[in-house]
Amino acid sequence: MNTDIRRRAFLTGATLAGVGALAACTSNEEPPPAAATAPQGAQDAPGKRVTVGFAGPQADHGWLNAITVNARAEAQRHPDVELVVAEGSNDAATQSAQIDALINRKVDVLVVLPADGKQLTPAGRKAMNAGIPVINLDRIFDSPQAYRTWVGGDNYRMGVNAGNYIGQQLNGQGTVLELAGIDTLELTRQRTQGFDDALANYPGIRKVGRAAAEFTVPTGQARMAELLQAHPQFNAVWNHDDDQGVGALQAVRQAGRSDFLMVGGAGSKAAMEAIKSDNSVLKATVLYPPTMAASAVRLARLLGQAKGVSDLAEQEIPASVTTFSAVVTKENVDKYLPVSFE
Amino acid sequence: MNADQAVAPEPTRRFSVRLREARNLGLVGVLAVLVLIGALTEPGQFLTTGTVVLVLTQASVIGVITVGMTFVIIGGGIDLSVGAVVALATVWATTRSTQQFGIGGIVFTAVAVGVGCGLVSGLLIAYGRLVAFIGTLAMLASARGLAIQLSQGRTQTVTSSNQALVDLGYQDSYVLGIPPLVLIFAAVAIVGWLVLNRTTFGRRTYAIGGNLEAARLAGINVKLHTCLLYVLSGLCCGIASVMLIILTSSGTSGNGNLYELDAIAAVIIGGTLLSGGRGTLVGSVLGVLVFTVISVLFTLNNLPTAVQQLAKGVIIVLAVLVQRRASLYSSERTTR
Repeated sequence: MNTDIRRRAFLTGATLAGVGALAACTSNEEPPPAAATAPQGAQDAPGKRVTVGFAGPQADHGWLNAITVNARAEAQRHPDVELVVAEGSNDAATQSAQIDALINRKVDVLVVLPADGKQLTPAGRKAMNAGIPVINLDRIFDSPQAYRTWVGGDNYRMGVNAGNYIGQQLNGQGTVLELAGIDTLELTRQRTQGFDDALANYPGIRKVGRAAAEFTVPTGQARMAELLQAHPQFNAVWNHDDDQGVGALQAVRQAGRSDFLMVGGAGSKAAMEAIKSDNSVLKATVLYPPTMAASAVRLARLLGQAKGVSDLAEQEIPASVTTFSAVVTKENVDKYLPVSFE
Repeated sequence: MNADQAVAPEPTRRFSVRLREARNLGLVGVLAVLVLIGALTEPGQFLTTGTVVLVLTQASVIGVITVGMTFVIIGGGIDLSVGAVVALATVWATTRSTQQFGIGGIVFTAVAVGVGCGLVSGLLIAYGRLVAFIGTLAMLASARGLAIQLSQGRTQTVTSSNQALVDLGYQDSYVLGIPPLVLIFAAVAIVGWLVLNRTTFGRRTYAIGGNLEAARLAGINVKLHTCLLYVLSGLCCGIASVMLIILTSSGTSGNGNLYELDAIAAVIIGGTLLSGGRGTLVGSVLGVLVFTVISVLFTLNNLPTAVQQLAKGVIIVLAVLVQRRASLYSSERTTR
C-alpha cells in the first residue's frame, strides 16, 4: 500500500508527539481492571507454564476494548500463564500477519477475535496445522478446521430475550421500535431476527419503526431523535447497543419523552447504572458479555495444560461455548454490574 | 487591494454571481421536492415545527464543520481530518481531569484541540509543502489514534457537575422555540458568510483558490493565508465538538465518523468547485440541509439505510452534473 502516506502519517505523528505528551498529563487515571469476577473454576491449581497468544480488534468501541481488558486481567490471575498480546487491528491483512508472528513465536495456544471471520480463516487453519490450538473468540471462522474451540455470544438470543422481556412488560399489547446497529453486519441481522421471532409470540404487539444507528453515540442520538419525531406514540424500543444508547437516551431526554420503556444491548456500565438508578426510560439491557475473553484465556490455559473442565462429564474442552444473553433489570443489576464495561 | 476584481472583470463576475444564485435556487428546489415527498408520505409528522427543529438541530454540528470546509475548498485545499479532529476534541474535553475545570474547561479544551490540530495541518501543508490531501490524511490517522489512546476505547460521559452544558440540548433551554445549537450554527454561518463575502480575507481566499500564482504576484502572503484556512477549519471543528458534547453528553473516539465525507459532499453539492476559486457558503448550508432532510425523511418512512446512501450518491452526481453545465457557461472566468 501507500508507504509514502504511512511515512508522512508517521511524521505528523512525530509532530503530534508533543501534543501526545500533553495528553498523557490530562489523561484519565488508569481504571481498576474491569475484571471478570465470575467464580473460579476448580482447575485453578498452578500447572505447566502456558504461553497464550492474543490477537484482537482495535479498541475503538467500549465492548471491543473490554474484550482486551478482560483477557489481560484474566491472564494476570494465573501465574502459569504468559499472555502475548498483538496490537489490536480491524484490518484482516494486519491481523493475519500478527497471527503469523505469534505462530513463529511458538505460543502454546492462540486466542483470536478476528476482524473478519471469513477472511482470517486461512490464518486460523495455518495455526492449527502448526499444532497450535486456536480459540476463536466471537466472530466465527468459516471452517471448524480453523479452530479448536469457539467461545462467543448469542446475537439471536439477544433479540429473543429483548423481545420476550418487552412482550411481558407490555402485557402483550402495544407498539415497539427497534434501534439496530450496523445493517451490513450479520450480527445485526441475527439480533433483529431474534427480536422479530420473539415478538411473534405476542400477536398484540406490532413493530412500527426501525432505524440502523451504526454503533456510534452521535448516530444513536440522530436516529433516535428521528424515530421519536416519526412516532409520537409507542410503548417500547429495543436498542441493540449500549454505546449508541448513550446518544439515544440523550435524544429521549432532549425530546422530553418518558412515555415508553427502553431495553438496551451489550451491558455497558453507563446502561447498568441508569437501570439501577431507574431515572430514565432505560429499564433493562440484554447482555453480550465481554467476559467471554476471560473465559477464552481460561480455556486456553486448560488446553495448554491438557486439562478438562470441571462440572462436565467430558474429558476434553468442548468445541463451542456460547454465552447467555441474560436480561439485566433493576432487580438483578447488582449481580451483573461487575461484568459491565465503560 | 481587491484581488477578486483583479482576477475577474465586472461583467463576467456579475454573470457568474447570477449563475451561483441560480444553482442555489436549484438546491432550494431539491429541498422543496424533498419536503413535498415528506408531506405526501408522512402528512401527520413531516410538516410540523418538531421536524423543522429536528432537521436544524441535526444539521447544526456537521453544518458548522461545513462552514470551515467551504473556506478550505474555495482556497484550493481539502481537509480530510475534520471527523478525527472532532473525535479527539470531544474525547480530550471529556477526560476526567479536563472536566475538573468545569464547563469552561470543556469548552476551552475542545476549541483549543480543534485550533491546535488545524494549526499543525496548516503548517505541514503551507510551510512543509505537503499536499493538502496527504497532510490532512496524516492528521486524520494521528488524531483518531490519539483519541483512541486517550479514551482507552471508553465512552466518556459528562459528569453531573457539568450537567448545565448538556442541559443546553434540552427543550427548557430553547430560546423563542429555537435550540441553542441551531443558534450557534446560525451565528457561525453568518460570521462565515461575512468573512467570505465582505472582507479582504474572503477575497484572498477566492484569489488563492482561483489562481495561486496570480495571488502570489498580487502580493498575497499565500503561505500564511493557506495556514490560516486550516486553522479556521480546526476552529470550526472545535466549536462543532462542543456542540456534539451537548448533543450526546459524551466524548468517544468513534465520534465524527465520516464527517469529512459528509462535509465535503455538502460543500460540493452546494456548488463549490473542488478545484477551488469559486463557491458559496449559502450553497454549502443548503447542501447540509438537503442531506439532513433526506436522513429524517428515510427514518420517518421506515426505509433502510442502504437505500438512503444510494439516494445521497444520486444527489451528489446530479448536483455535480448541474455544476459542470453551469461552469461551461462561465468558462471564461475559470480559464483566466
